[in-house]
Amino acid sequence: MSIENDKVGEEKLAVTEKLTNGGEIGWDGQSLQSMLAETERLTEETGHYRGLEDLELKEENRFEYERLYSRLRGALVSARETALHVSASPIVREIGELCFQIYTPEGDSIAVSTGIIVHVHTGSLAIKWMIEEDYEHDRGIEPGDVFCNNDNDLGNVHTTDVHTIVPIFHDGELVAWADGVTHEADIGGASQGHTSIVHTSRFEDGIYATCEKIGEGDELYQDWKTRGERSTRTPMYWDLDEKCRLAGCHMIREAVHDIIDDVGAETFKQFTREAVEEGRRTMESRVQERLFPGTYRNSSFVGLPLAEEGWKPEQQKDSLHHLPVEMDINADGTMSLDMEGTSSQGAHSFNAAEGSMTGGLWVSLTQCLLHDGKVNDGSHYALETNFPEGSLTNPDDPQLSFHAPWGTIMPAFQSVWQNVSQAFFSRGFREEVVTGYSETTDTVQGGGTLMESMAQMIPDEVGDYFPVSPFDLSCQGLGASAVRDGLDHGYAMWNPEADMGDVEEWEMVQWGTQYLSRQMKTDSAGHGKYRGGSGWEGVMTVMGTEDCTLYKASIPDVAFSTAGMAGGYPGSTKYAVRAHDTDLADRAREGEPYPTGDTPPGTFEEQIDGDIERTHRGNYFPKEFDNHDVMHFQMGGGPGWGDPLERPLEKVVADVEEEIYSPETVEKVYGVVGEFDEKNRVFEMDRAATEDAREKIRERRAEESVPFEEFFEAERERVQDGDVSDPVAEMYVDAFDISEEFEAEFDEFWDIDRSGF
Amino acid sequence: MATETDRQQVEKLIDGELGWEELRNDVLPDPKDDQRFEVTRRLLQEDVEWDDPILLPLNDHLYVVGSEQGRIVKCDCGHEFCGVEKNWKEHARVRVREDEDDHREIYPEYQTPHPDWTFQLREWFCPGCFAQLDVDAVPAGYPVLQNFEPDIDTFYEEWLGEKAPDKR
Repeated sequence: MSIENDKVGEEKLAVTEKLTNGGEIGWDGQSLQSMLAETERLTEETGHYRGLEDLELKEENRFEYERLYSRLRGALVSARETALHVSASPIVREIGELCFQIYTPEGDSIAVSTGIIVHVHTGSLAIKWMIEEDYEHDRGIEPGDVFCNNDNDLGNVHTTDVHTIVPIFHDGELVAWADGVTHEADIGGASQGHTSIVHTSRFEDGIYATCEKIGEGDELYQDWKTRGERSTRTPMYWDLDEKCRLAGCHMIREAVHDIIDDVGAETFKQFTREAVEEGRRTMESRVQERLFPGTYRNSSFVGLPLAEEGWKPEQQKDSLHHLPVEMDINADGTMSLDMEGTSSQGAHSFNAAEGSMTGGLWVSLTQCLLHDGKVNDGSHYALETNFPEGSLTNPDDPQLSFHAPWGTIMPAFQSVWQNVSQAFFSRGFREEVVTGYSETTDTVQGGGTLMESMAQMIPDEVGDYFPVSPFDLSCQGLGASAVRDGLDHGYAMWNPEADMGDVEEWEMVQWGTQYLSRQMKTDSAGHGKYRGGSGWEGVMTVMGTEDCTLYKASIPDVAFSTAGMAGGYPGSTKYAVRAHDTDLADRAREGEPYPTGDTPPGTFEEQIDGDIERTHRGNYFPKEFDNHDVMHFQMGGGPGWGDPLERPLEKVVADVEEEIYSPETVEKVYGVVGEFDEKNRVFEMDRAATEDAREKIRERRAEESVPFEEFFEAERERVQDGDVSDPVAEMYVDAFDISEEFEAEFDEFWDIDRSGF
Repeated sequence: MATETDRQQVEKLIDGELGWEELRNDVLPDPKDDQRFEVTRRLLQEDVEWDDPILLPLNDHLYVVGSEQGRIVKCDCGHEFCGVEKNWKEHARVRVREDEDDHREIYPEYQTPHPDWTFQLREWFCPGCFAQLDVDAVPAGYPVLQNFEPDIDTFYEEWLGEKAPDKR
């Protein structure tokens, strides 16, 4: 038994004795419930976390205070960097899709590691839920206990993020909680993959752990381990990921015990309170330092075209989701975020629990506003949110599917980023502007079984099933700022350490799939004076398999999520193309060309013979793929900033030479004319023709645009007649049903009594 | 007060001429320059050919300014849109791209919204200079949002501790 386990044993004895004598595990004889109630009351009454008007430790002993924060954060980062080596899943080990957090006894986040920091607040919700449900007196919370949660309705982002939560005790009191979360390759469910668009309800999502006690005495229960082993398609990854999370939580617990041994429990407690209050103050002061008070509005949209692809009758329809975002930046530095008018929840996997949305909020604000501050729940107290109950952003039915809430979170926060970016620009911090990003979609997912001859070539412990869940989606185009272009193919909004991993690493675990290419997706970047970062495209094939099914989800595809800013355009949409029953093997044998992309669209099928499936929508549900079938996928470009005609000519020339844009596109959008020597990648611009082309673009703006009144009358007539597509009309009707306020604003704007939808 | 070096750096920032190293090492990191707003405002004021005091920039071309008609939205070309409390887009010119052919001028085939979904790009132009001031991506029939209503007096009086330039 290690020294740390001796310590836990001592704590267990102390708590048992205390509980036997009718004591409580909170501080100073309080229960956790009373601590939570008192914290909420004091914070509400005073506007300061737990009523802390003075940060005594910070003010009187600054060095000690900062040292404590560094030690704690260092312990979290160290836990993450060490524990990920326990995992075998490339999602965790290679990509770093894990995160560790530490919380106060009431469940307020004190500090968070690097990684998927979207979870800074989700563990908080799960801990508070356990406290409210009186786990301390009913289920029991004792030293050495292990809890697990992946239920979005109780505190999570999406179902394949699985949390391990461990209480930390000192001297008979619960002093903190450690929480580790990993992104699983598979949790069972109706379809393979880590972010499925196939599911319509909870009953298809796979394993749900609902703040469940899964172990005690630092050991996992045998029945829990058996459940994981028998309920996922990748039991080895599940098992090692769980050990990874538990090991990290125990490292954090040991670090907290060391800190308390060094500085004493009272100093540690005081520090944790002050760190949360400092987080709150940092948020308010940062708002006043960087932003501009006022009201900001933007709306995002998500097309979900499932009429042809859906499996179940209730999902076989084309839908457009409405995600409006209004934000107030107040005089006192507080902010509010209101999504009144959001589409209602539904029979699909894009439902995002309130915890998912607050997670999205923190992962956004930590990147744009709080990147050097103490990232914790303090900032939560400086911000009010309204995610309407029963909507996509706060469902009231836990029986819905929550497998892919990113399909709601990512587009919604594009509007948040644009609102905050408007504030940055007006305040003079134009370098902090980010117009948005391409949503992290379009990765191929699925899985299969190897042919026996192939299975014999791989290590026994892997088995013959292979999951397909690469993280190509981690590298999208970032939006432009107001001083430079967006980052090309290198951004994921939910994990700032965007990393798609090496092809070779994925091929080591996705045994039956082979990459044929990764290359720039020309014409995917949003146009502007500063363009969005470019997306990219790839082609995969299937080899040595039987029973291989693959599918793909795309945002945006049939509709844009948002535009650019200040005259910039959104990045292009995505689509789908694949080939079955192909001649790839013959081509390989003969040394003939095969598809390495689809640029310009339509050229994929020039390099392969077979049954080609090409759709404007970017998604397809799981399809059987035979050996040598070929599928294309595409990561998107970010939105642009500013009028494209103001983009410096030399930058447009470079765009063509780097294959960001085609010569045809730059002529039409930027008015830049020239000859492209593709072989040598040299674009010779014709200055005279360019001047003419740019002048013509300006003239066309004058000729083809109309005064607002003319636009208003034409559009109003369509609204009265209901003359829009069915998905758009249904979007409005649904938004009116869920929000009288939105309907009233809509009717007022168009000056109508009732729309024709 | 800001030094001449700060001023030159902000000038380059506005002009998009700051290299990545300078941006990364001097401009992006915290803490931020607390004179930034005023330095930016003054530089922008020097660049326009009219005298109405700039209160804040809205984008590369539009400003909220103080004027004889009160606080208005004004383009750098001199075109005056409307009072700041109103939506400037309702005083702009607009081109709507909804058909596939219209979208295809901007994007290749398949990389546009689906032609059957009536999804629009609305391009907003200044009636004076035809600069492209904004683009909205919305379904047909969507109201035109007023994206930003600045609280100007709170900003100047409570955050900066001084009167707004049009009240000085």
